[in-house]
Amino acid sequence: MTLKLFLLLAAALFSVGLYGALSQQSIVMVMMGIELMVNGVIVGAAAFWRHASPAHPDGQVLVTVAVTAMAIEMAMGFAVVTAIFRARDVDMTDMATDLKG
Amino acid sequence: MLATVVSWVLGAAAVAAGAGVFRVDSMARATFLLLGSFLAVGGELLVLGLDYLGVLVVLMMTMEMVIMAVFMIMYMMNPAGLTPMSMVHNRRGSLVIAVGTFAALAAGILVAPWPPAAGRPPPDPTVALGEALMGSKMLVMIVLGVALFATMVATVVLATHRGRYDRYGDRLDRPRPDDPVPGGVWR
Amino acid sequence: MVETAPLWSVLVLPVVLAALALGAASLDAVLAARTAGRAPVRAAMAEPLREVARLLVQQRRTTLAPDAVLWRLGGASVLVAAVLAAMVIPLGRHAVSDLAVGVVWFNAMEVIVWAALWLAGWGANSAYPLIGGYRFLAQALAYELPHMIALITAALGAGSLRVGQLVAAQADLWFVVWMPAAFAVYLVSALAMSFWEPFDQPVQEDVAGGVTAELAGADRLVFVAGRYLLLTTAAAFAVPLFLGGGHGPLLPPWLWSLVKTAAVLGVLVWSRRRLPTIRMDRFEEVAWVVLLPLALVQLLAAALVVLVR
Repeated sequence: MTLKLFLLLAAALFSVGLYGALSQQSIVMVMMGIELMVNGVIVGAAAFWRHASPAHPDGQVLVTVAVTAMAIEMAMGFAVVTAIFRARDVDMTDMATDLKG
Repeated sequence: MLATVVSWVLGAAAVAAGAGVFRVDSMARATFLLLGSFLAVGGELLVLGLDYLGVLVVLMMTMEMVIMAVFMIMYMMNPAGLTPMSMVHNRRGSLVIAVGTFAALAAGILVAPWPPAAGRPPPDPTVALGEALMGSKMLVMIVLGVALFATMVATVVLATHRGRYDRYGDRLDRPRPDDPVPGGVWR
Repeated sequence: MVETAPLWSVLVLPVVLAALALGAASLDAVLAARTAGRAPVRAAMAEPLREVARLLVQQRRTTLAPDAVLWRLGGASVLVAAVLAAMVIPLGRHAVSDLAVGVVWFNAMEVIVWAALWLAGWGANSAYPLIGGYRFLAQALAYELPHMIALITAALGAGSLRVGQLVAAQADLWFVVWMPAAFAVYLVSALAMSFWEPFDQPVQEDVAGGVTAELAGADRLVFVAGRYLLLTTAAAFAVPLFLGGGHGPLLPPWLWSLVKTAAVLGVLVWSRRRLPTIRMDRFEEVAWVVLLPLALVQLLAAALVVLVR
């Protein structure tokens, strides 16, 4: 597949993840949407490495950073969900709107 | 030719699995559909020639999705999907935003004048990645290491409801920590 | 030194693995018979084949409202993961696939067992398998990091992730000689990876067989066979990692590989009746506080040796 098709795949994954992150009520489902978005970033970075600048390792470093960011986001997300559940028995985003407005 | 067919199939599988995550009722199936999407992306990385990163994505994502399955079952009200339910808010708005984003990105992708490949891939991309992370991109490596360490400390601080004063007493002077589950080292 | 074998070796691999696994099961049956005081060794050696025949004719079981797709997927994935992981293990001079990242591939296929055990525990819609699946996750989180560090130490000694390079780098001196702690940690993690005694809490009798509680008939055969194959694969991978692969004085390389694999497998099977089952909460602390620093110190020592060499 050419660069454009890989980038379209990345955009599709990103959009599906964006739909999930915006529409889901449960905090862990929002996290799954964010994971899909970073998934799209990984495919995009790898496609750029292969088809735009294969001689430099920058694309691979970006993929590494994206995978690490995914791990960090998942760990912190679950810690935050645990903390807010322990404090207020809440696991939906609609009930945690303290910062709104 | 085979690579093209494989990459089309994997791409379609990744998007289909990703969309299925938000359609199924069972939380366990949602998590493992997400794992399927990640495995398809790992396959795409292998097709692109990134051996190490492809297998690494498979490895790390399997572990992460299994841990995520544990948390999903813990926090979701309908983990087995035995009753149908809808857990969305503002579905039409988010659908519009998501489709609009995809349209904008696709327009940009199809119209932008992408440069041709500048150079050839190195004979061993893994070695190139390693040398970059330890050489010219050492700052990235350091930041990743510090960020992961900060994450470890922060998650433990957020997730435990007992602090060091619960474990060691009010003056931090207990000889052995007062844990509900004693470990195996007999401290 | 290690070459990729032709395509028909894909069919030979499961046969060789199955033969080794059958040998391990027979040894286990013989040891069980001797422990129980029943003398006839020949009858005990055929015990695994009788068990296979019995499971093949036994009726399969279902529960109320299982998640059938996930359950069967989990039950079968242990076997598939074991065979896939064995793809990179060389038999003497030939491996089915000498990937450039063979060590990481082995690790990735072994992590599939995590997903398999959780799915097999969850899919049955029954309490005891669920407990078994969660017990395995606790055990997996404990052993995985020391396991990865042990693999990295061996790869560091050879300067490559390719299993063929690992074997070639041990032509003079086996890695077990100057990385003994890594070998010990790898053996511990091999036992934990295939939930073999003393790490068999996921399938122990105190939870009615744990993950295997609701499995019967062909499903149980696939799962138990997968467990033996996983143990065999873990033992077989110790050979190119630490024991020099096919290198040895008199015999041809493939025979040396088999002999060394059989030796490691025999030790692992023998340890089943020698050690009590370790509880997961105790093993967690031991793994993180003792095994992981030990593995890291070994990694540092190996790195210093490689730099000085």
